[in-house]
Amino acid sequence: MSSQARIQALFNEPACEKNQAKDASTRAKGCSKPLTPGAAAGGCAFDGAKIVLQPVTDVAHLVHGPLACEGNSWDNRGAASSGSALWRRSFTTDLTELDVVMGQGEKKLFRAIREIVETYAPPAVFVYSTCVTALIGDDLDAVCFRAAERFGTPVVPVHAPGFAGSKNLGNKLAGEALLDHVIGAYEPDDVGPTDVNILGEYNLSGEFWMVKPLLEALGMRVRACIPGDARYRDIAGAHTARVNMMVCSTALINMARKMEERWGIPYFEGSFYGVSDTSDALRQLARLLVAEGADRSLVDRAEALIADQEARVWRRLEPYRARLAGKRVLLNTGGVKSWSVIAALQEVGMEIVGAATKKSTDEDKARIKALLKDEKHAFDNMAPRDLYALLASGKADIMLSGGRTQFIALKAKTPWLDINQERRHPYAGYDGMVELVRQIDLAIHNPVWEQVRAPAPWDAEGFSIAGASDDGADFIARTHRKFAATAADELGEC
Amino acid sequence: MASILPVAKAASVNPLKSSQPLGAAFAFLGVAGAVPLFHGSQGCTSFALVLFVRHFKETIPLQTTAMDEVATILGGADHLEEAILNLKARTKPNLIGVCTTALVETRGEDFAGELAAIKSRRAADLAGTEIALAQTPDFDGAIEEGWSKAVKAMIETIARRGPAQRRNEKRVNLLPGAHLSVADVEHLRAMVEAFGLEPVILPDIAGSLDGTVPASWVPTTYGGTAIEDIRTLGEARLTIAIGEHMRAPAARLQEMTGVEFALFRQLSGLKAVDRLVRLLGELSGRPAPASIRRRRAQLQDALLDGHFHFSGKRIAIAAEPDLLYALATFFIGLGAEIHAAVTTTGGSRILEHIPCDTVKVGDLGDFEALAEGADLLVTHSHGRQAAERLGVPLLRVGFPVFDRLGSQHKLRVGYQGARDLIFEVANIFESARCEPTPESLDPFRYQENEHERRPASAIGRH
Repeated sequence: MSSQARIQALFNEPACEKNQAKDASTRAKGCSKPLTPGAAAGGCAFDGAKIVLQPVTDVAHLVHGPLACEGNSWDNRGAASSGSALWRRSFTTDLTELDVVMGQGEKKLFRAIREIVETYAPPAVFVYSTCVTALIGDDLDAVCFRAAERFGTPVVPVHAPGFAGSKNLGNKLAGEALLDHVIGAYEPDDVGPTDVNILGEYNLSGEFWMVKPLLEALGMRVRACIPGDARYRDIAGAHTARVNMMVCSTALINMARKMEERWGIPYFEGSFYGVSDTSDALRQLARLLVAEGADRSLVDRAEALIADQEARVWRRLEPYRARLAGKRVLLNTGGVKSWSVIAALQEVGMEIVGAATKKSTDEDKARIKALLKDEKHAFDNMAPRDLYALLASGKADIMLSGGRTQFIALKAKTPWLDINQERRHPYAGYDGMVELVRQIDLAIHNPVWEQVRAPAPWDAEGFSIAGASDDGADFIARTHRKFAATAADELGEC
Repeated sequence: MASILPVAKAASVNPLKSSQPLGAAFAFLGVAGAVPLFHGSQGCTSFALVLFVRHFKETIPLQTTAMDEVATILGGADHLEEAILNLKARTKPNLIGVCTTALVETRGEDFAGELAAIKSRRAADLAGTEIALAQTPDFDGAIEEGWSKAVKAMIETIARRGPAQRRNEKRVNLLPGAHLSVADVEHLRAMVEAFGLEPVILPDIAGSLDGTVPASWVPTTYGGTAIEDIRTLGEARLTIAIGEHMRAPAARLQEMTGVEFALFRQLSGLKAVDRLVRLLGELSGRPAPASIRRRRAQLQDALLDGHFHFSGKRIAIAAEPDLLYALATFFIGLGAEIHAAVTTTGGSRILEHIPCDTVKVGDLGDFEALAEGADLLVTHSHGRQAAERLGVPLLRVGFPVFDRLGSQHKLRVGYQGARDLIFEVANIFESARCEPTPESLDPFRYQENEHERRPASAIGRH
């Protein structure tokens, strides 16, 4: 299938809620919004593909292109591995002008694969095309096929050159690569009735490890978490799982649907962010597994665990209620399903004064609006200038967002917490919710805010440029009162 | 208000303190052409000298009265006189700073009387050399106390008494505490000068211990406060004292000359520096220069960028009282908590203002015990053993820092110093970051003893 055909097929994703809502003519246009040169933001398709696949830990990720694609972006994400660290090593063919002009890209790629296999002996090599190598027509499939044959190691071509489209498209193209080349390539000998896959979970800051033990306590086995902390073999055997849970819906919906088509694995969309969502996810997994033949007691055991964990999480959140009640939150993210976090934050008494719905589905939007006091508080997208004005005028006590808008908040001297992929703290599951609330508490109550908002001495009220020469005596009297330190507590401030 | 826990044990384990005469000598070293003289046995001087050299990587002029057995029994006045005359003849110093030690103080002599007698008896021989006396037995106090006493002694001995005939409206006296580095003092000088004011700094270690290479061999300090400037301290418009332990010298100067003083407890936080900038603005009648405004904005940004790394971090600090206070307020100001605070001596009034529940007067043994569970240790180089055993990173502050170069050039006051310190500490946290593991995040890991744990500390420590 040509790249174009593949992309068109992805745009026509039948399981996509957004796509379903479109009429036939809009659907035919595909879902790539034309970018506005000079006013575009966000990553390219290559970026998106890399995001999805990079967390696969024991694979060598080789980027075929000139330096920028990999050289400017490597080691920038906080996924965690419980095993191999090979995924963090950066491999690129670093094409030079001569390589491009002389058409040596394919040869160089082949050699690069050989060097990697010989040095690191990975279970597989993932090879990513980029704008330049796609443009000059390097035959990625052929090189990968030959290399795999020659070196006895699976070599997976990932066709997601930057110009193909958005980051989201790249996510899906990565899913296609796994479907075409990886999933089903290995038959595990320990298939069980409670095997599940988690799709679109990145294990950022290790947060899936806050959830996995919950599943294991119920006797569920995570066959593959894709991509977070995944090994090549986990993914290669993922077709044997009984149920797929899809965490980040827009990224890998095509993968879930096609796995259902090919291997009859039912899927559902869920989230591990927020208390009720985590419980719902556990419930759904149990229900679907039972429907697929697992022991009926699973449903009851899940309910017992949920009751236990929920009681515990509310108990742990209780101390924050007094500290956070009435605090106003601006939620400026599309990556996580905002409404579920909204519900949890409201539970500790916080008020949501705004929630971005840019990446949410219509259903999500409806739920968000239902949760907000004023549905005008839901906004699609806000220009940086407006965001700055809103924060600078003190209309929110904290903004939760991704790194891109971080400095808008900070320059507006407003507390900010990262809830996107570069973040440092794990927020998934019941414990994750407590951690999120704790981090909000720390951010809002950090004493720096008072300091950075203090007027500069030259702007402070009462500052006068007193004559230096002739009122000396009077000055010293004043100075003495004002500055000479007895035990005035104001001096103790930092 | 912090409650102060006194020393409760007999054996000091891994001392935190350096002795009081060392602190006095340190202050005398900030005067041009000075030689500190320890009145005691030669070992007192030798150990202090070695510690100074390890810290500054400089030759340090430091002499001893070399009290021997006979002198110890019969009295040390002869040794004191001989030492002073020898020093005068050999090094022609502007100042001899006598620091008494525990040995001679235990014996108990009238040092001031002896010194007065020597001065009048040998007036011709000693012309051109001031002699100041700091009574600093090792069994009391530590660096800050010794430093404070030496500065006070210099003021009492050298500064002209009575209101000055002519005040210099541009002149400002700066009395920096022992906890300020060469870079700190240099920076304060530049700040004061930026307003068109003329600072006289006592002591000015930035002039003497900044590691310059002189063109010829000089047996005394080769920079620092000029004696003439000490003599005319009374002509200044105002004295600015930094650190609670500089209150006594500043107050003494005010008694003697009528020059009032403003005391800054610390200058490592935005608001404290604001207060200084405002004071300098009023004194000079000039607006703050653009460079200072720029630095303030940079500090604001550093506070914003840096606070993420400090939030909820547990900091264990062991330092002399004023340094402890400055650091504790700095960390608290960025959202960290003081996990342990240990100090050298219990007498300072600043201790009760330290923003934590208790301040332990003790040693690095106490510190190590209290610091368990901290995210960062903050103390001098001797804390490295505790850091190794506890597996916690160490920020080196104060004196001595002998296993890192350039500690004297670390700027930690002013907008710029606060900015740099934020980055330095945040970088320590960054390099000490451990990757999460499945075990560290397992939701069932605390199930059994959940009630024993603080609600906030369970996760996300990295």
